[in-house]
Amino acid sequence: MLIRRSKDIPPSEITPPEIYRDRRRFMQGLSALAAGTLLGASPEAGAGARLVGIRGSAYRLADEKTPYRDITTYNNFYEFGTGKSDPASNAGSLKTRPWTVTIEGAVKHPKIWDIEALLKLAPLEERVYRMRCVEGWSMVIPWVGFSLSELIRRAEPTGNAKYVEFVTLNDPGQMPGQRSRVLNWPYVEGLRLDEAMHPLTLLAVGLYGEVLPNQNGAPIRLVVPWKYGFKSAKSIVSIRFVEKQPRTAWMMAAPEEYGFYSNVNPQVEHPRWSQAKERRIGEFRKRDTLMFNGYGEQVASLYRGMDLKKFF
Amino acid sequence: MGAVLRNPKVWIVLLCLLPLVRLIVLGVGGGLGANPIEFITHSTGTWTLVGLLVILSVTPLRQLTGRADLVRYRRMLGLFTFFYACLHFVTYLWLDQFFDPAAIARDIVKRPFITVGFTAFVLLIPLAATSTHAMMRRLGRRWQLLHRLIYLIAVLGIIHYLWLVKKDLTDPLVYGGVLVLLLGLRLPLGVALLRAIRGRWVPAGS
Ligand code: HEM
Repeated sequence: MLIRRSKDIPPSEITPPEIYRDRRRFMQGLSALAAGTLLGASPEAGAGARLVGIRGSAYRLADEKTPYRDITTYNNFYEFGTGKSDPASNAGSLKTRPWTVTIEGAVKHPKIWDIEALLKLAPLEERVYRMRCVEGWSMVIPWVGFSLSELIRRAEPTGNAKYVEFVTLNDPGQMPGQRSRVLNWPYVEGLRLDEAMHPLTLLAVGLYGEVLPNQNGAPIRLVVPWKYGFKSAKSIVSIRFVEKQPRTAWMMAAPEEYGFYSNVNPQVEHPRWSQAKERRIGEFRKRDTLMFNGYGEQVASLYRGMDLKKFF
Repeated sequence: MGAVLRNPKVWIVLLCLLPLVRLIVLGVGGGLGANPIEFITHSTGTWTLVGLLVILSVTPLRQLTGRADLVRYRRMLGLFTFFYACLHFVTYLWLDQFFDPAAIARDIVKRPFITVGFTAFVLLIPLAATSTHAMMRRLGRRWQLLHRLIYLIAVLGIIHYLWLVKKDLTDPLVYGGVLVLLLGLRLPLGVALLRAIRGRWVPAGS
């Protein structure tokens, strides 16, 4: 992992957006920096509005970032249709305000968070993560958010909390894809508690320094960079702490193809295609897929002694 | 010039070239989206399948309209379908596998959807090779038998499609439904149905 520092802005300062290729974005970024002392100020809700007070983080990559346009027009988000361009076309009907996220189950402090309060729960940081889709393509995405562990610590899970379940909004009026039964709605995903507590596990609210577009899972989504993309639940309305391993949407749809763990693993094939290589969006040749999507150093210890072919 | 424009074959050629022209125009204009290679693979695969279904609709259409001359366009439709199948296969060999023989061989053996697609493609080759009038004459009855492979190829094309989609089977099922219909219209009952429809619509003697 490469830690890049800009020369003219002290590293303690807010994320320098110098890497943004888009000049307009760059200028917007400078004005946000000027206003950046308003740390914690409530950002505008709309997609594309600049988030203020974003800190840099150690999570940076030498890899070139995937252009904003590709990240926001090539999506798997079946709630808005199964085509890659469907989410960008249809997600306009999603209303991200008002929005609440319910924390429930085996916790000492269950709570219904209003999204505005949740956005101020912890300082927002920019983290550039690789994203590997189970279909064999990948991106490099500058998310904005904070570690899920910040939220979990405040909820104080009890001894019964072994797993965390994430539930996406279920409202066919706002999510036209839910009128078709391709998956069991609502979309449910899950992590083991220790995976959920891992510092890499991110609750994301922004992209490229701006409010998350609807098609990318606004207003708040999970990002688990060492797992296939579908594990990172979008547009979350509920986070439940449970004792039993959750039955996720994809496990219910095709249990022999999608396991609970779904760690990126070039050695474990999908029954119908290989996972050894991936096409990085924007690149011509395929590249080798890395174990745990390149995050093995940080996360391999979570799975010590486990047969990853069995627990795929 | 006028005579050229009145020749239906010219129009069919132009129509058959449209999917390729579209890919080129989109490619030059950067309109193939975030994953251009996937776009090209899907587009050429889709048009191969459409081509197969169009070919299979010639006979029912003939029965419906009574126009025996429709058969004259079938060879060209077949060759264009083969052309799109070649583009599809080359896209796979080159842009997906980068001509890595070991990886390709493994894929063909191990991945059922590739095995099936590859079989369909291989079966298309003798049909394309025997598409000339000379070959038709030389093979006689055996030509007809050989070209019945097209039914199998179309079925394999649908299976290939069903097995490659992640979850949403709608599109392959729609194409599959059309294929079932076109095959059904070849059964005695289907033929009788087409004749009956024709008898109602077309006044006697025309
Ligand atoms: C007659 C022969 C064939 C037909 C009719 C056919 C048809 C199709 C169709 C309809 C699609 C899906 C398009 C979409 O999703 O929009 C497709 C995808 C594909 N085909 Fe074929 N195909 C044939 C032969 C082959 C062969 C020979 C190969 C390679 C050896 C191949 C490899 C692929 C691949 C890799 C995909 C994309 C899979 C994915 O996106 O996951 N096909 N084909």
